[in-house]
Amino acid sequence: MLPQTLYEKLWSSHVVHQEADGTALIYIDRHLVHEVTSPQAFEGLKLAGRKPWRVTSIVATADHNTPTDHWERGIEDPVSRQQVETLDANLREVGSLAYFPFMDARQGIIHVIGPENGTTLPGMTVVCGDSHTSTHGAFACLAHGIGTSEVEHVMATQCLLQKKSRTMLVQVDGQLGRGVTAKDVVLAIIGEIGTAGGTGYAIEFAGSAIRSLSMEGRMTVCNMAIEAGARAGLVAVDETTIDYLRDKPFSPRGVQWDAAVAYWKTLRSDEGAQFDKVVRIDASAIAPQVTWGTSPEMVTTVTGKVPDPARIDDPVKREGVERALKYMGLEANTPITEIAVQQVFIGSCTNSRIEDLREAAAVARGRRKADSVRRVLVVPGSGLVKQQAEAEGLDRIFIDAGFEWREPGCSMCLAMNADRLEPGEHCASTSNRNFEGRQGAGGRTHLVSPAMAAAAAVTGRFTDVRELSQ
Amino acid sequence: MKPFDVVDGLTVPLDRANVDTDAIIPKQFLKSIQRSGFGPNLFDEWRYLDVGQPGQDCSGRPKNPDFVLNQPRYQGAQVLLARDNFGCGSSREHAPWALEDYGFRVIIAPSFADIFFNNCFKNGLLPIRLDAVILDELFRQCETTEGYRLKVDLAAQTITRPDGEVIAFDVDPFRKECLLNGWDDIGLTLRHADKIRAFEEQRRAQHPYYYA
Repeated sequence: MLPQTLYEKLWSSHVVHQEADGTALIYIDRHLVHEVTSPQAFEGLKLAGRKPWRVTSIVATADHNTPTDHWERGIEDPVSRQQVETLDANLREVGSLAYFPFMDARQGIIHVIGPENGTTLPGMTVVCGDSHTSTHGAFACLAHGIGTSEVEHVMATQCLLQKKSRTMLVQVDGQLGRGVTAKDVVLAIIGEIGTAGGTGYAIEFAGSAIRSLSMEGRMTVCNMAIEAGARAGLVAVDETTIDYLRDKPFSPRGVQWDAAVAYWKTLRSDEGAQFDKVVRIDASAIAPQVTWGTSPEMVTTVTGKVPDPARIDDPVKREGVERALKYMGLEANTPITEIAVQQVFIGSCTNSRIEDLREAAAVARGRRKADSVRRVLVVPGSGLVKQQAEAEGLDRIFIDAGFEWREPGCSMCLAMNADRLEPGEHCASTSNRNFEGRQGAGGRTHLVSPAMAAAAAVTGRFTDVRELSQ
Repeated sequence: MKPFDVVDGLTVPLDRANVDTDAIIPKQFLKSIQRSGFGPNLFDEWRYLDVGQPGQDCSGRPKNPDFVLNQPRYQGAQVLLARDNFGCGSSREHAPWALEDYGFRVIIAPSFADIFFNNCFKNGLLPIRLDAVILDELFRQCETTEGYRLKVDLAAQTITRPDGEVIAFDVDPFRKECLLNGWDDIGLTLRHADKIRAFEEQRRAQHPYYYA
């Protein structure tokens, strides 16, 4: 048999039916559900008199709208509350494998709780009405975001209509420098291939630098595959994957575990497998990254400068940069380290796992938030992450540094709840999107790693974390 | 879903790349549990000078006169010309819902983000990929011609310019058929229910650990 890529293995093991033009029905193993993109799907099912095909494929939580402080007050915004209550009612009526409602000890961001509970397993197809579903590809899952019509389709049929993607290999070899993290790796990749570079592709991340990452780091990388335009990111199974999944609440046990592991070990691209595109990145050349514009590809190193649009030939690109600089309130050629921040956000499905909080805490330890910084939010990805962080004393480090230690949720990644930027504020954010208005109308987002966010919090501007003693 | 046949529509040029779904419909409007009513908030942060709130009557809000959709000559547009990577970012289907509710039926761009592209077809909205050079000419003509209209014929897979020039475009045969007929995907898929059940049984036997 011809050598196969990991993507091809996952794809071919899920095809139920194929149309003449290649459109296929793909079987879905895991359906993650949250409050924002599901109400219209549940309603559509009901109106058509249809029942969910397999409710035990559903894992659900409320995360986008939920407040991150004063839980004793419940959800104060009536529109948000109605959406969360609608999810409660729908899940109560329909059922699920697991539902972690608002304020549950295991509630959190859907892309954090899926893996930490062992409901995301290698070899699965995973979908969710959320583009950052690509996160789960870190477990060698074929995982991607879908729209609400597709949420309804998956509920009703356990399948998704899909065309096979092309395959891209992003090979990151070499050793990452001190202070350089998974976030910097993925931002550097996006800077290299662009926000549309992965459109139509499933990207497999490989190479010694990816192998050396923890599962948390791999999730950070796959999470932002969508920011490179790829619906799905993938990392092959290895011992790190298997060690992570051992003894998770929903992981298989006993003989089932052994059988699963034997299969999972086959979930890697075969020697000699052909990719449609290959990109090679030298890990040792990656420096801490900071975005300066309104698209994740508008990124440079902390030692770099804001670009000068006058030097860009392509008119569409030049206008894009000019518009971005105007929105961001930045002058061309400004050194990145001269950009002051007024808020810092450490959280989101990209960077809210325990390792991220440890990295931020290592920088914050013994330091204080700069007076010029109005607020530093630290929002753990889930109740379990929060518990773990508190057991390690990370919460004390943040609180002593003048940071705010919050309850889990999506929070200021998309600012659907009360956590948001004021117009004109610059924010060092560990989230995934620096789009106009993403963190609040008029807000100016700079994407960075947790360590770089903490460094900005304690110095009041972007600072090369490698220059801060730890 | 509304079947798509021929649209002969007023055309508006949105001359910027990487238009994301946060820009198409900002987050505060995602709190709705309805599928309709998003049109007045399409491109909300670009269209209005104030910050919009869900449930608000938009008729009295201050409009940004510089934003192309607000120009009198483009009122009632059904065809949107856009640039690279249109619809990138969030998977929110509220984006095509807002475009459709506003009155758009066709979006023409050199490239689209995958999830958005998919979502359009589920909502009677036709996204067309066109070569950037051909599209440049459409932008030029549209910007310089008052009342510029494009005629889009899905069955024939053609766009006809006012000067009579005909441009062919590609569309997946399966998607085309669904859109032409306004078919419900779920109904179509459930014709294969026996196949899905058989696949599922086989998978359960082979990989029982996915069915705990």
